[in-house]
Amino acid sequence: MSTDTPVIDEICRLLGPHNPKGIALSAETDIPAELNIDSVGVLDFIMDVEDTFDIEIPMNVVAETHTIGDLVKVVEDRIKKRNA
Amino acid sequence: MTDLFEKHRPIAERFERMMEMGVNAVGVVNDRILSPTRAIIQGRETILAGTNNYMGVTFEKACIDAGKKALEEFGTGTTGSRIANGSYAMHRELEQSLAAFLNRKHCIVFTTGYQANLGMIAGLAGPRDTVFLDADSHSSIYDGCTLSGAKLVRFRHNDASDLDRRLSRSEDEGGGRLVVLEGIYSMLGDRAPLKDFVELRKKHQFQLLVDEAHSFGVLGPNGRGLADEAGLEDEADFVVGTFSKSIGSIGGFGAGDHPLFETLRYAMRPYMFTASSSPATIATSIAAVKTLAREPERRDRLRRNSERLFNGFRTLGLETGCEEVSPVIAVKCKDEPSTIAMWNRLLQGGVYVNIALPPGTPNRLCLLRCSVSAAHSDAEIDQVIAAFGKVVAKA
Repeated sequence: MSTDTPVIDEICRLLGPHNPKGIALSAETDIPAELNIDSVGVLDFIMDVEDTFDIEIPMNVVAETHTIGDLVKVVEDRIKKRNA
Repeated sequence: MTDLFEKHRPIAERFERMMEMGVNAVGVVNDRILSPTRAIIQGRETILAGTNNYMGVTFEKACIDAGKKALEEFGTGTTGSRIANGSYAMHRELEQSLAAFLNRKHCIVFTTGYQANLGMIAGLAGPRDTVFLDADSHSSIYDGCTLSGAKLVRFRHNDASDLDRRLSRSEDEGGGRLVVLEGIYSMLGDRAPLKDFVELRKKHQFQLLVDEAHSFGVLGPNGRGLADEAGLEDEADFVVGTFSKSIGSIGGFGAGDHPLFETLRYAMRPYMFTASSSPATIATSIAAVKTLAREPERRDRLRRNSERLFNGFRTLGLETGCEEVSPVIAVKCKDEPSTIAMWNRLLQGGVYVNIALPPGTPNRLCLLRCSVSAAHSDAEIDQVIAAFGKVVAKA
């Protein structure tokens, strides 16, 4: 992905297929609860996030990640760690 | 105060919607079991095509006689764990006979197949280790991973190149790495491409566990499972299996050749803190292992029956879960209401299959899942095909 694209925009783009009702997305959006994605759907979405940013987000971390803002922080931290 | 049941309300509502259709597809009662392939359900003689009874040994005389004898000689139960109460000689006998069947140095039996995955995965991996698991893994694998406290990395189903990327990406935190695969995946019936995964060992270091729950007794020249079929048994460090399918009883096992394998007995909570299998269960399992070893022709019959059902479904134009012949043959359906309706019409037509719905299925598929038995007759397989034909015509 282009490094110019803010992480939150890319995450919202990846959530597109999981958001058929077109709910407005923000950092506060609770991904499983508000988008009504089941547990397996969340894990599939996280795999797309991992591949897009070329980072590792273990399942243990996913369990503690609820909102888009939470996920943005995880992604940014892991990009920094990868580049360190 | 929040009602603890509030989180389950969506489940209750989903169940109510199914009941409004006049169907309880997840609560079928078998009034009588007539044979490995027939039961009385709702007063009607029904062909069982969804019970994972692959080898058809549940009414085998040798197994029943062994169970009766054990019941009379050793009583109804063991009343505790093997750590606390000690083992019965027959627990050891079953482990030895399985180790011999599997050509492994060590084998440990568990009270259920679910506990076998819980015990083996959580016994092998700890908080400093990483487990790489296939996205379509059975819930017992997911739960074993959670119990282990290990770092968990999920890779795309049956995709060795995806696992390669994730192994490369994974940070080396100094712990061990365990890759977990299944011989036959329970929902779609597809096999793991074992050779492709084993190739990765040239590039990455990891230990490999293969869950042969649906492939033990079924695949390979010796009936040991996928690794046997692929000629790659030396590459599978650990094998897990269950007795509730090809063995026709209940329980599970873990096996391997590692010199410290036996120490797992003192490191696996699902082995240490649960009652051991009842004498009758152990005795029937021993007899079933002998039956499988003595009658390899059962595998041939199962393969022929699977081909017959697979080809029959293809002739009907049904879309199956995978392209290869397998004893698990899943038919893909349009959506949840139509799947429930079709399942019900099959049952009314005297055929029992499994209904499988999201999130318990890969890719949110709605499935009517069949499992074939060596004990099915050609006529029974043809009746199942005909019943699907009628149901599809009405859909």
